[in-house]
Amino acid sequence: MQFKVYIYIFIMAAVIYLIRLLPLTLIRKRITNKTLRSFLFYVPYVTLAVMTFPAIIEATNSIWSGIAALISGVLLAYFGIGLFGVAVCSCAVVFVVEAIMRFMQ
Amino acid sequence: MGENAKWYKKGLVDGIPIALGYFAVAFTLGIVAKNSGLSAFQAMLAAALTNASAGGYAGFTLIGENASFLEMALTQLVVNARYLLMACALSQKLSPKTSTLHRSLIAFDVTDEVFGISVSVKGTLNPFYNYGAMTVSIPGWALGAFFGVIMGNVLPNSVVSALSVGLYGMFLAIIIPPARKNKIIAVLVMVSMALSFVFSKLPLLSSISSGMRVIVLTVLISLAAAVLFPREEEDEDAV
Repeated sequence: MQFKVYIYIFIMAAVIYLIRLLPLTLIRKRITNKTLRSFLFYVPYVTLAVMTFPAIIEATNSIWSGIAALISGVLLAYFGIGLFGVAVCSCAVVFVVEAIMRFMQ
Repeated sequence: MGENAKWYKKGLVDGIPIALGYFAVAFTLGIVAKNSGLSAFQAMLAAALTNASAGGYAGFTLIGENASFLEMALTQLVVNARYLLMACALSQKLSPKTSTLHRSLIAFDVTDEVFGISVSVKGTLNPFYNYGAMTVSIPGWALGAFFGVIMGNVLPNSVVSALSVGLYGMFLAIIIPPARKNKIIAVLVMVSMALSFVFSKLPLLSSISSGMRVIVLTVLISLAAAVLFPREEEDEDAV
């Protein structure tokens, strides 16, 4: 199993590096195919959205603290708080909501 | 001071806030790695070699699920597809004279944040700017993952629960601001979340692993969006 983990890590590293390396070294001209350009443009938003939900409400001790983190994260991001700020505030919201829930019980 | 040294120093300075943010986010990634059975060294190694938040998260989850190697490769390809686009954009920012060696070194750390600062420098990009940013941001990322695994054992359960949403918070901070400016992206984000929820809950569909769900939904939804809402060249800088 331990050896297998290193193979997994090698595959991760190799695939990610090739994704970054090939365009930088091979494609020196602009991509002109409109559908391909549009597809590549939309991919990050769709991927991150799919990975965030419903995972964010299942990651915490309670579904309610997860929902609170989702709502506050969306609002903070909407009002332009940066990556670091949104990440830290989402964590704080979960901590506070779960503390309140323990207090109420 | 030579031109390259000047750019290196500038990259170093601009990379410090990125490194601090990386440390905190990679810490939560380390918790995911720990939950998947990785050691602190393995998490640090994976973090230092990949420099990818979503890719690392998806990878550690797949390791925990004992997924196939093919599934790992395909997931990394899809989850990190945005770096393909960034690397394309970055290739336009470099002088055509930039050597393959420099290009290969920069490629190692094309992340959302490093990409963000390197496309925003004036004129053509000097590779030494990236080397400066990489000097601080890669250790920040790798050490964050390392301590995430170690401290995950020490920290109380309530803190671990809180930290486990850090990565998702970061993902939201990446997708929500563009969604605010662009209605198509806003609709896509909502459709993606809704379908992701349906796929994870409905009988039969929920038997698909989370990694495969990410691949299938990303390709289907992005392709549909590309066909339905093709983007004009001049839209490129709009978001």
